[in-house]
Amino acid sequence: MTPAVLSLRGLTLAYDDRPVLDAVDLDVEEGELALVSGPTGVGKSTLLGVVTGLVPRFSGGVLTGSVLLDGVDVTQAPPRERAHVVGYVGQDPAAAFVTDTVEEELAYGMEQLGLPPATMRRRVEETLDLLGVAHLRDRDLTTLSGGEQQRVAIGSVLTMHPRLLVLDEPTSALDPTAAEDVLATLTRLVHDLGVSVLLAEHRLERVVPFADRMVLLTGAGQVEVGAPADLLRTSPVVPPIVELGRAAGWSPLPLTVREARRAARGLDLPEPPTDPALRDDPALRASGIGVAHGSTVALREVDATLHAGRVTALMGRNGAGKSTLLWTLQGGRRRRTGRVEVAGADPAALDAAGRRERVALLPQTAADLLYLETVAEECTAGGPGTRALLDRLVSGIDDETHPRDLSEGQRLALALALVLAPAPPVVLLDEPTRGLDYAAKTALATILRDLAVEGRAVLVATHDVEFVAAVADEVLVLADGEVVSAGPTRRVVAESPAFAPQVMKVLGPPWLRVDEVVTGVVA
Amino acid sequence: MPRDLHPVAWWLWAIGLAAAASLTTNPLVLLTIVAVVAVVVAARRTHHAWARSFRFYLWLAAVVVVLRVLWRVLLGGGYPGDVVLDLPQVPLPDAVRGVTLLGPVTSQTLLAGLYDGLRLATLVICVGAANSLANPKRLLRSLPPALYELGTVLVVAVTVLPQLTQSIQRVRAAQSLRAGDTGRVRRLRRFLVPVLEDTFDRSLALAAGMDTRGYGRSGAATPRERRTTGALVLGGLCGTLVGVYALLDQTAPRLLAGPMLALGVAVAVAGLVNAGRRVQRTRYRADRWRPAEVAVVATGLAVAVLGWWVSEHQATVAYPGLDAVPQVSLAALVAGVLGVLAAVVSPPPRTPGAPR
Repeated sequence: MTPAVLSLRGLTLAYDDRPVLDAVDLDVEEGELALVSGPTGVGKSTLLGVVTGLVPRFSGGVLTGSVLLDGVDVTQAPPRERAHVVGYVGQDPAAAFVTDTVEEELAYGMEQLGLPPATMRRRVEETLDLLGVAHLRDRDLTTLSGGEQQRVAIGSVLTMHPRLLVLDEPTSALDPTAAEDVLATLTRLVHDLGVSVLLAEHRLERVVPFADRMVLLTGAGQVEVGAPADLLRTSPVVPPIVELGRAAGWSPLPLTVREARRAARGLDLPEPPTDPALRDDPALRASGIGVAHGSTVALREVDATLHAGRVTALMGRNGAGKSTLLWTLQGGRRRRTGRVEVAGADPAALDAAGRRERVALLPQTAADLLYLETVAEECTAGGPGTRALLDRLVSGIDDETHPRDLSEGQRLALALALVLAPAPPVVLLDEPTRGLDYAAKTALATILRDLAVEGRAVLVATHDVEFVAAVADEVLVLADGEVVSAGPTRRVVAESPAFAPQVMKVLGPPWLRVDEVVTGVVA
Repeated sequence: MPRDLHPVAWWLWAIGLAAAASLTTNPLVLLTIVAVVAVVVAARRTHHAWARSFRFYLWLAAVVVVLRVLWRVLLGGGYPGDVVLDLPQVPLPDAVRGVTLLGPVTSQTLLAGLYDGLRLATLVICVGAANSLANPKRLLRSLPPALYELGTVLVVAVTVLPQLTQSIQRVRAAQSLRAGDTGRVRRLRRFLVPVLEDTFDRSLALAAGMDTRGYGRSGAATPRERRTTGALVLGGLCGTLVGVYALLDQTAPRLLAGPMLALGVAVAVAGLVNAGRRVQRTRYRADRWRPAEVAVVATGLAVAVLGWWVSEHQATVAYPGLDAVPQVSLAALVAGVLGVLAAVVSPPPRTPGAPR
């Protein structure tokens, strides 16, 4: 019998006697896609790191047990000596690019292995075609979109012909279409080349249909390994489709939209939900906004009105101008044309403090806002009321904690409390759901709804269609710097299949959320 | 056939022109060299981002000239002659005797500053030309295998620098979104802490990325062998540098010039050969050295040799007096113009996306 591509035997990893992984056993066979899942902070990245060798080398910690790759014990080998067997792509592929252009990046790993030039040349061409990036070969890596960067990063490890690909949240930063592209590429590699894949991901709804096996980290260092359909029956983190299946009592549990649609034929649906009429109360009016960097147009003739008491979602592919729009509305980014008005003033004409009183903006990297050593100091610097605000957003954060030691969700809440401190009527958030698990996302959704109920206008840029379905009253879709679609969530996501949440894909419009169906069925 | 010339060829060509420029203060010759460099850059620069940096070097050169002239005016005379602007001399204490501040400005003072500044500016422009004709990163990639790791470190440093500016911009923008310390020192901390954290995170991510892709895999060479090789190559390079310096600086001991240069080159080559035998790494689509490269280097070399000949045999042409219109000899003119041949003998650069 051939040994499994990857075997972990009695693997334990502890930081200061606190085990993150406790006696983990795991096998990944050839041509298998294994999905690592679980709530944030249970050690998904640590598990991947142990396989690549980055843990404990780059992170510290004490490792016992053994890691076998193709039957060879590599527990003590540094990452570079495993490079020919394991290909690793981290959370931010752009941060790990070494060279300038796509072609050089694909060749970099092979140069390290010392492959003959003719072989390198052949493999680069093959990989360019395999990943569909041949037209990008001369492009500067920094000019690529998120999806392209991710595919190039996968390609750059594939050229070394690894037996196992290890991917840490490969789709978390991508728009729905780019994520599907990347996942389709991975499935192709698994099916056609027999590459094994070990992949960690928060957004199960994207990945579960492709997984052969699921590794569920349950906290306290334990793992459960099994078929996705079995594990998801009891898993604490599940995609909406499984939630629907559980509620409806379907067996076997459907994992793909197609399976769920079949199962849903027999479902006795209640009256379709209707949204209460929205009250118009403009808090921010923007019209004809145009922004350009040099001769590149980022936004063209964008009109947007944010109403008090409403949550609006801003969607669109990577690079469509979402961040630019948020910064322009806040006043920090200079616009060429158009008007913005918040509470009787143009934020661009005010100083930083004046802007803060009118518009709160939570930037993409919330950590950029934090610079002090404890939560208490941050709250004091943020002004009176910050601490009370933080307690309302997320209760029970210790005063003495260092902001970097907070969980993703807590850090986000702290940053949000800081920008909300001057009580502005408009709140803008730039991709706040990145790296959040389902529980943290639900908490964030509640926070945003509460802000709206208080009478603020909320605009949240996100790629997460399930989050939009859960939180947004309205959706604004940007493409190529222009608004291509705007209106109530139910109508807009029904019009664009790429933005439709799973429940709508299964049951058809107007269904958005599992709770709508469930309360209906129960009632 | 359009293709990118070997980066080393462009650098050697530019160094040749710079050497010729450093051996004269004749403004006519210097301006010819600048014109030649501009023509070659316009004709042969590539389409990549760094190729646009030439304009920046032109500005830098202009600033150099202006500063040089201002400096002469500020530190005053030493050049008797026709007074153009009669500034009062600032009295200085005896402790700094010999230094004059301001004082009458003569046309000779201005000219001396101008010639001198022009020479320095030409050197700057030559470096700028090399930079925009050949990607400095490709140049680093052409380092011999033994220096491979050093090269990668340099490439990474060059890459991370622009990211640092992005990071600073991002953090500045983000910090304006929240209230916080406004004191001078504490405000600095507001920017520094997130930027440094971000930089550390990035560096660590990059290091992890390089490690997982096999960077630094131990080849067949033992650590001792690698150390010997490294010492030989670096020692050789230092020797070569000293030799080149002595060759260009007429006041340096002659023993340092020829013999030191030869010795340095020999040691470096020995080190490289030694390294090349053991290194396991290979290079993807390495730049090849072809006749066009030789021709370009030869042009640069010819300019340097002519420039040296003029400075040795026609001192009045190479270093014209400050009270007459500078004269140009045939040799000096050829030295200035010859560099333009590089644009003729080199192939046009490749358009990105086209096969190479």
